[in-house]
Amino acid sequence: MTVIMDRRSVLLAAGALVVTFGVGRERARAQAAAPQKSVSPDRVEGFLAIDREGKVTVYSGKVDLGTGVCTALTQIVAEELDVPMSQVAIIEGDTALTPDQGTTSGSYSIEKGGMQLRRAAASARLALLRKAATALKVELSSLLVQDGIVRASSGHEIPIGQLVSGDSLAIDVDPNAPEKPVSEYTIVGKPVARLDIPQKVDGRFTYMQDFKLPSMLHGRVIRPSGIGAKLVSYEESSISDIPGIVRVVRIGNFLGVVAQTEWSAVKAAQQLTVTWSKWEGLPDQTQLWDHVRKTRIVHDDILSNVGSSTSAIAATPRKLSATYDFAIHTHGSIGPSCAVASFSEGAVTCWTASQATHNLRKQLAAMLELSDAKVRCVYVEGAGCYGRNGHEDAAADAALLARAVGSPVRVQWMRADEHGWDPKGPPTLLDMHAGIDQGHELVAWESELFIPQGGPTLVELVGAGLAGLKDLSQLSPGGVLNDLAIPYTFPNVKTTAHRLESTPLKPSWIRSPGRLQNTFANESFMDEIAAELHADPLEFRLDHLDDRRGKELLERLATLSNWRARPQPDRSADVVTGHGLAYVKYELVRTYVGAVAEVRINRKTGEIAVQRFYIAHDCGQIINPDGLRNQIEGCIVQTVSRVLKEEVTFDHSMVTSLDWATYPILTFPEVPDVVIDLIDRPNEPPWGGGEPSCAVVPAAISNAIFEATGARVRSVPFTPAKVKPALH
Amino acid sequence: MAATDLNVNGRMESVTVNDPDTPLLYVLRNELGLRGPRFGCGLGQCGACTVLIDGEAARSCVTPLSSVGASKVVTLEGLGSDANRHPLQQAFIDEQAVQCGYCINGMIMQSAALLRRKAKPSDLEIKQELANNLCRCGTHLRIVRAVRRAAGR
Repeated sequence: MTVIMDRRSVLLAAGALVVTFGVGRERARAQAAAPQKSVSPDRVEGFLAIDREGKVTVYSGKVDLGTGVCTALTQIVAEELDVPMSQVAIIEGDTALTPDQGTTSGSYSIEKGGMQLRRAAASARLALLRKAATALKVELSSLLVQDGIVRASSGHEIPIGQLVSGDSLAIDVDPNAPEKPVSEYTIVGKPVARLDIPQKVDGRFTYMQDFKLPSMLHGRVIRPSGIGAKLVSYEESSISDIPGIVRVVRIGNFLGVVAQTEWSAVKAAQQLTVTWSKWEGLPDQTQLWDHVRKTRIVHDDILSNVGSSTSAIAATPRKLSATYDFAIHTHGSIGPSCAVASFSEGAVTCWTASQATHNLRKQLAAMLELSDAKVRCVYVEGAGCYGRNGHEDAAADAALLARAVGSPVRVQWMRADEHGWDPKGPPTLLDMHAGIDQGHELVAWESELFIPQGGPTLVELVGAGLAGLKDLSQLSPGGVLNDLAIPYTFPNVKTTAHRLESTPLKPSWIRSPGRLQNTFANESFMDEIAAELHADPLEFRLDHLDDRRGKELLERLATLSNWRARPQPDRSADVVTGHGLAYVKYELVRTYVGAVAEVRINRKTGEIAVQRFYIAHDCGQIINPDGLRNQIEGCIVQTVSRVLKEEVTFDHSMVTSLDWATYPILTFPEVPDVVIDLIDRPNEPPWGGGEPSCAVVPAAISNAIFEATGARVRSVPFTPAKVKPALH
Repeated sequence: MAATDLNVNGRMESVTVNDPDTPLLYVLRNELGLRGPRFGCGLGQCGACTVLIDGEAARSCVTPLSSVGASKVVTLEGLGSDANRHPLQQAFIDEQAVQCGYCINGMIMQSAALLRRKAKPSDLEIKQELANNLCRCGTHLRIVRAVRRAAGR
């Protein structure tokens, strides 16, 4: 394993503190301080700078959410430019410095972001080689680059830093610039050690929660007792005994306190006497699925429509139907959201762990009624967020409090703020129907998804909403329609999403949004159909796939997991074990994942223990196999937690699962082994690995429970309270 | 407002806070500038804030400064030395046992307490020791391997 020096520094760049991920601070400071830097994704200098010493600075709009992707992005750039990784530093998600490459989400950081960097680096390499060819008076084809030095077959050499002058990289990204042949790779494809880990284990890493400014004050927010409750009054005298209180800030229903010390802010937020109006607008949780069904459908999205499924089902002698549901989930970051905001001369800079700083900038500008140019958002890595959690909301809170008191303010959400007010994975309900003809063939498949309207756009900022300020948001559950359509070749298929007018708690995207819930229903229902046909679940899938890579993946999964045709399990013992299989082609266009879960069920108690997951994974070209394994393991463990344990609870006013006791997640003794077969295809485009493995987890577990017990569990989470009755 | 002496990472520090019940976590982070212990829940539920107090793992977010007295506090920064990382820290690097890393302080500090009590714990003992330390990224398998490696198993 290559060990890279650990280096990460906080530096002053263009008037703002910037955390770089990479090489020495002096050079990076000089680069970053360049005024009017292009942030165009069409320009090489939007993404890259090279200084006279040949040190490379990468400006990445995609950010590292704790996944290790910055190491992979560094590998891609170092490989393409033929410079050592130690010469490459990354600046992430700074609206003044980095191109808008879209939200860091959807497993796109390498597939899209990394490939933009690769093309920029290839363009830069070509431009520098042309300069070298001219300088050395040799043919371009006689040149090669090694360790940052251009070498000619004549023996002449020039370090790339000496080829760079002021505007060398002020060129368009050239889509035709030749990319380095895969056969020459020495960095991409290697399990390079992550650049950030040494500082993280030594306590030297700068997380968002560690970020400080001079004269910074500490803020805490005080949220309403009910989601729609109004602020009636508060008594400032109730905190008069707490030293160092700077101000209680009220803007409409937004309430916060700013203090000189963090503990004073914490105590004041707890102790302040506040009266909220009564608000009981949430539905009865015990009737949640009935509520979802009764919510007005505003429109339907047809995701696939092949043949004539409705009449085909009607004509079949054997019909299957099943309903699947997936509870409301929170992101569950271990570190609650945090941000720092500072105003100066009518402009605001916000340090944030947002996965979308360019979007946040627009939202903050709208809220503060400033032009976009007066708002700068600078990414600083926080705790893993796994989707759009509360980081953006904390940024809005910090901005509102900083503006009110005229000093930089750090807002750290408390645990209950995070569990209570981060946007949630919405409740997801799926009705499945199938028809089997007289020849024992599945001839028709229909699914109906009930999911809130909206798209993967801007989620309303809590602070803006409470304060009654402008926002650019709309209902935003994320790309939840993906993988409702199926990868199988049935003659009649119709998949429909019923888009609902509303959903009880503000939605956003959790990891593998929609794909997770839809694949749960699809792959469980496939298993139900296979059982009805007395077919082996693996053979049944292979028979209905017209996809070479998909079939190869399933065959490798079968070998990895020692899959055998469905055994006749002993279903009489108190504790039984089963195996369940699930498959996904992510969004039907990219990463393939197959899973076999090995699950133990206590038939007396309904308790489920997931013992092992076998995963076959094909995401094309692998940039960093160990980083990919780390992500896959994380997908499996996190999703096993979701499937076995997790459910947001609420009363008529508010979320009631406000801590880890009321929203338990998987603990060490409960974690399964994960056995992975990575299928590397170096000559194929690289696809994402941070999400797709999540999607196969729920169905694999559900199908294993069926194999072991003969019972179908169709409602996540699979708690003993639900599993036990299903067994009898 | 009174000065309190605190033994942290082998040094006597004088800290001044306006409330003796200030949790140790805030004192370590804000008065002494330490970044190892992290705020995760403030409820003693997740373990991100774990430090050693007289060699025992303690949740600094629910430990009032006034209760520490003359006890010796060790944070992640004081576990090894600048020249030599603690075997656990090196093992977490060797096993690449980090994703976002926010919980890792607690994983290392809790495991350090375990290894003080028992030099060669079994995997089951490691998992039981870490049962109240939460990781959301799903790095558990690597963390267990790292502790096993640090124990020389």
